[in-house]
Amino acid sequence: MSKFKKKSGGELPAISTASLPDIVFMLLFFFMVATVMRQNTLMIENKLPVADQIEKLDKKDLVMYIYAGKPSSRYAASAGTQARIQLNDKFAEVADIKAFILAERASKREELIPFLTTALKVDGETNMGLVGDIKSELRDVQALKINYTTRTGSATDNLK
Amino acid sequence: MARRAAPEVNAGSMADIAFLLLIFFLVTTTIETDSGISRKLPPPQEDNVEPPILKEKNIFVVELNKNNDLLVEEAPMELKDLREAAIAFLDNGGGKGADGCTFCQGAKNPSSSDNPTKAVISLRNNRETNYATYIAVQNELVAAYTTLRNREAQRLFGKSFVQMEKDVKDVNYTGSKESLKEDIKKIQFMFPEKLSEAEPKK
Repeated sequence: MSKFKKKSGGELPAISTASLPDIVFMLLFFFMVATVMRQNTLMIENKLPVADQIEKLDKKDLVMYIYAGKPSSRYAASAGTQARIQLNDKFAEVADIKAFILAERASKREELIPFLTTALKVDGETNMGLVGDIKSELRDVQALKINYTTRTGSATDNLK
Repeated sequence: MARRAAPEVNAGSMADIAFLLLIFFLVTTTIETDSGISRKLPPPQEDNVEPPILKEKNIFVVELNKNNDLLVEEAPMELKDLREAAIAFLDNGGGKGADGCTFCQGAKNPSSSDNPTKAVISLRNNRETNYATYIAVQNELVAAYTTLRNREAQRLFGKSFVQMEKDVKDVNYTGSKESLKEDIKKIQFMFPEKLSEAEPKK
């Protein structure tokens, strides 16, 4: 009858963790493929509005980013609570945009300059006054191609 | 000498190494949003240029006030009705003779726009308008143009305008890209995006 003898003791068999590295590597490769290196550390809140009539910006090196929004909570003490512009890791004034665009242009090859696009990454809660000021500065330096960067979704969600 | 078996490498710490790498990538990278509504700003204007004279009926005034209310032709409107209203205005084709529109399917109301090539949408906003609301309105107006362009492209070339633009960018597209670009130009000529933005009011 020894065939049906109960195993001595109630101890659980150890769970094999041999496949754990495989799982973690899988996650690692997913993140390596799906994400890009952070270019700018955002110092502002940046919850983009949603839209569905969108075009993809395909040439990443031909895009200049202008961020705007309320300073995030850790900068609120030094930068105030009004919406600010951020260019390249720093808070900037409206008057700095021209210099920023010219510097970006100078860093690109001459034949690529007409294809430069300005992507406006503006927080949904920002007032249009600031956006209007940015746009008039861009007009003054002939940076006419702009893209209002948005998330994908139904436009009516913006009003909630 | 007897051959010794190669000692087995302990792989227990492999998971730790992989976790370390994973956390590094989680911290230093972001999932970028790189799509949005593309627009072209008007070139800077000289001071002494007179604005072109437009007929009142060819202008469709969309206004956003500081309380984020939408006013279309001075009457309040819900955002969900804006697309239909803009399509009705653009596609009206109320002109006669040289101003007439041969492909419009609208109401041909003589007090609305003559021709899609003449119709201008004027978007005005206040300095205190919310950016999200502004984007929602922009989106609806662009959608109105896209809907009409899709309709005409479907009728003339048998595929939608959006598909045509996608094909131009597609490297695997087999047909002639030159003729496709010509077709896109034709559609853009029929429904030019005349979206004028006034300076925001104080």
